[in-house]
Amino acid sequence: MNSSSGKSYMSTASSSVIWKAGGDVVADQFPAGLRVLVVDDDPTCLMILEKMLKACQYNVTKCNRAETALSMLRENRNGFDIVISDVHMPDMDGFKLLEHIGLEMDLPVIMMSADDGKNVVMKGVTHGACDYLIKPVRIEALKNIWQHVVRKRKNEWKDFEQSGSVEEGDRQPKQSEDADYSSSANEGNWKSSKRRKDDEDENDERDDTSTLKKPRVVWSVELHQQFVAAVNQLGIEKAVPKKILELMNVPGLTRENVASHLQKYRLYLRRLSGVSQHPSNLNNSFMNPQDATFGPLDLQALAATGQLPAQSLATLQAAGLGRSTAKSGIPIPLVDQRNIFSFENPKLRFGEAQQHVNNNKQMNLLHGIPTTMEPKQLASLHHTAQSMGNMNMPVLSHGSQSSQNNPLLMQMAQPQARGQMLNDSTVGLAPRLLSPMGQPMLSNGMATNVSPRNGVPENIRAPSYNPVSQTSSMLNFPMNHTSELPGNSFPLVSTPGISSLAPKVAFQEDVNSEIKGSVGFMPSYDIFNDLNQHKPQNWELQNVGMMFNTSQHSNSLQGNLDHTQSVLVQQGFSSGQNRNSTVISKAMFSAGDSTGHVNAQNGNQHLNSLLVDNTVRVKSERVADAAPANLYPDHFGQEDLMSALLKQVGSFFSLYDTDGDIILLILTSKFPIFLQQDVITPAENNDFDFDGYSIDNIPV
Amino acid sequence: MERNPMRRQLAIMRQSLFDQGHVDEQFVQLEELQDDANPNFVEEVVTLYYRDSARIILNIEQALERKPFDFRKLDAYMHQFKGSSSSIGAKKVKAESTLFREYCKSGNGEGCMRSFQQLKKEYATLRKKLGAYFQLARQAGPVETASRPK
Repeated sequence: MNSSSGKSYMSTASSSVIWKAGGDVVADQFPAGLRVLVVDDDPTCLMILEKMLKACQYNVTKCNRAETALSMLRENRNGFDIVISDVHMPDMDGFKLLEHIGLEMDLPVIMMSADDGKNVVMKGVTHGACDYLIKPVRIEALKNIWQHVVRKRKNEWKDFEQSGSVEEGDRQPKQSEDADYSSSANEGNWKSSKRRKDDEDENDERDDTSTLKKPRVVWSVELHQQFVAAVNQLGIEKAVPKKILELMNVPGLTRENVASHLQKYRLYLRRLSGVSQHPSNLNNSFMNPQDATFGPLDLQALAATGQLPAQSLATLQAAGLGRSTAKSGIPIPLVDQRNIFSFENPKLRFGEAQQHVNNNKQMNLLHGIPTTMEPKQLASLHHTAQSMGNMNMPVLSHGSQSSQNNPLLMQMAQPQARGQMLNDSTVGLAPRLLSPMGQPMLSNGMATNVSPRNGVPENIRAPSYNPVSQTSSMLNFPMNHTSELPGNSFPLVSTPGISSLAPKVAFQEDVNSEIKGSVGFMPSYDIFNDLNQHKPQNWELQNVGMMFNTSQHSNSLQGNLDHTQSVLVQQGFSSGQNRNSTVISKAMFSAGDSTGHVNAQNGNQHLNSLLVDNTVRVKSERVADAAPANLYPDHFGQEDLMSALLKQVGSFFSLYDTDGDIILLILTSKFPIFLQQDVITPAENNDFDFDGYSIDNIPV
Repeated sequence: MERNPMRRQLAIMRQSLFDQGHVDEQFVQLEELQDDANPNFVEEVVTLYYRDSARIILNIEQALERKPFDFRKLDAYMHQFKGSSSSIGAKKVKAESTLFREYCKSGNGEGCMRSFQQLKKEYATLRKKLGAYFQLARQAGPVETASRPK
């Protein structure tokens, strides 16, 4: 299928300006000129859709492969307003694409399929699709798609306002009404009280942005690391955009950039903490690894029902894992669950890779937040953690640790042969990794509530913690996919091993405690929403290593991580209360397959057994914003292994026993990695859109 | 009613396509997309459909030769085929596809084979009819669409 070249996007510059302006500037032309990217492997449908969209006066770009679409989107982040994608595609599952887009570009995505089954539609919802069209699509259905663009921008604006300094008066009402971001509302409250003086500055900036859609800033791994470090330093409650900006000291970055990014981050944390919402679910849920098809669904279901692999988690927690050692907010790297699912096999056990944890929308926000942990960081974290017990530290904030600019994980992972890690049986991996890794891995002691991916609640962005037990299942995908990681991309090691690692479990205990402390992140990111309780805990997901993904497809993608970019999100870690839920970061499960959930299950189970011991401390590594790959570089002999693993996986959680030896390493499969070539593009700041993330070059 | 006899015939042909259930409302959607810039849009789409779907038909045939049947795969292929067929408004073909998928879901190999044979028949019939229709349309020259079938 032919797909328009990049330049075609620019041709609509004039009409797109309208859109950039927020849609309300040029009312008479609206919605003409809406820039639509339509993705469908069926050439007949694609041709018809293109014609229909053109008849609606939209600016259409068609694409017959998801990979191509993603790279187009990455190359031209602001070149499209909305994406329409088919669900069943050969190279990438539509839901996975959906996740990627949501995380990286935060564009509204409409799913389409001839399949009108409730499950599939539900999946669309949980993965964050803003609409679902049943084929054959009629032109009438396409005439109103512009509403999704407007709605999204409107919401983003509101969110931005809420997360930014709170203006007096006019902002107040908004805070309460944002149901989606309850935590941010809270944050907004305290924020407002603290930031009165900043209001006016922000107001001014906001005014500008409200009328003008600024280009997005791309939050590279390094940048995100800096961000997370700054947030950690300030403490999640006190982290206001202005201060964060000052701490980060990045030229060209505006407070708005930071504010919107912070908002996303909070949501992410909240999502993580929300995972634990469904205690009951935990117990059962994991998806059976065998149930491959479920994959994404399972996670969704899990997420939705809060069932996260909860069982294991719950068990683990019950086992007393929840020791909250360090309450400081240990930043737990968010594992990008996406990666867990192998990219290529949407049908993999996990069903479609997109396991969106319940709040699809919210997840999207987080997407962009790559958390990477630099190896050093990890190491340092690890050390710190050890001393602290589970680290309460804001991993990132620690000087050396939070190397802000480290593609952390990436580095680590990369050196290792990607494949190796992946292929190892999950269980096998764990032990191996564990030993040497011991320390570095979980520096944070992440109490990630990483709920084993099993159930990965909804979006399970969370690291693929798939319950180890499943190991085979879980890892399957990640491992399988790991194949091509483009240079930049971090190899995601879907490593089955990871599943076994079930980081989730481990995290719970430690995580809980730790997460709290250091990270101070708001529970806004709930990796698994359903995971029990989480609410208070923020970090649930600490993607440990969000490693990047790079799902196999990466090969095809040029250097960019495209597919599975792992996003390491640092999770705020909610006060470590027992979060059984796996904090698994909302990491996107970029990986095609559902691996996410499967893993989760495996992970949980495995974890359970591990935890039972009570000797194990799970430390979730926080993958600092940067590529998690570097998580553990040097400390252990297995570093290489780790790296490779991480590379493949994208993120990992490591479980340490009381001696600090790593017991379990859960690697999540590919995570989308967001790396940005240009850290900041001044013109790109877009208040309306969340920062885009792209992984183009992942510095290793 | 068209004054031009050719156009009249074209209109009759078209109407019978609908009356006999070969095409449905979606076909009308395609017709409405046809304009001066793309005067043969419907024909182009249908041509593309037959070209692309031939590949899927082949895949299904090959899959039906392997025993035991991989129903999941068969269902996946048919899902693809159905999506394509429904987008051009191929009503009977689409109905047969649905039936085939039902058989797949219930693991009824015999049913699948029977249904597939029927599907191929309908598929071929439609192709012939549409082929004749488009040929006449080209001869008749550009013409506004006839009234929508009720």
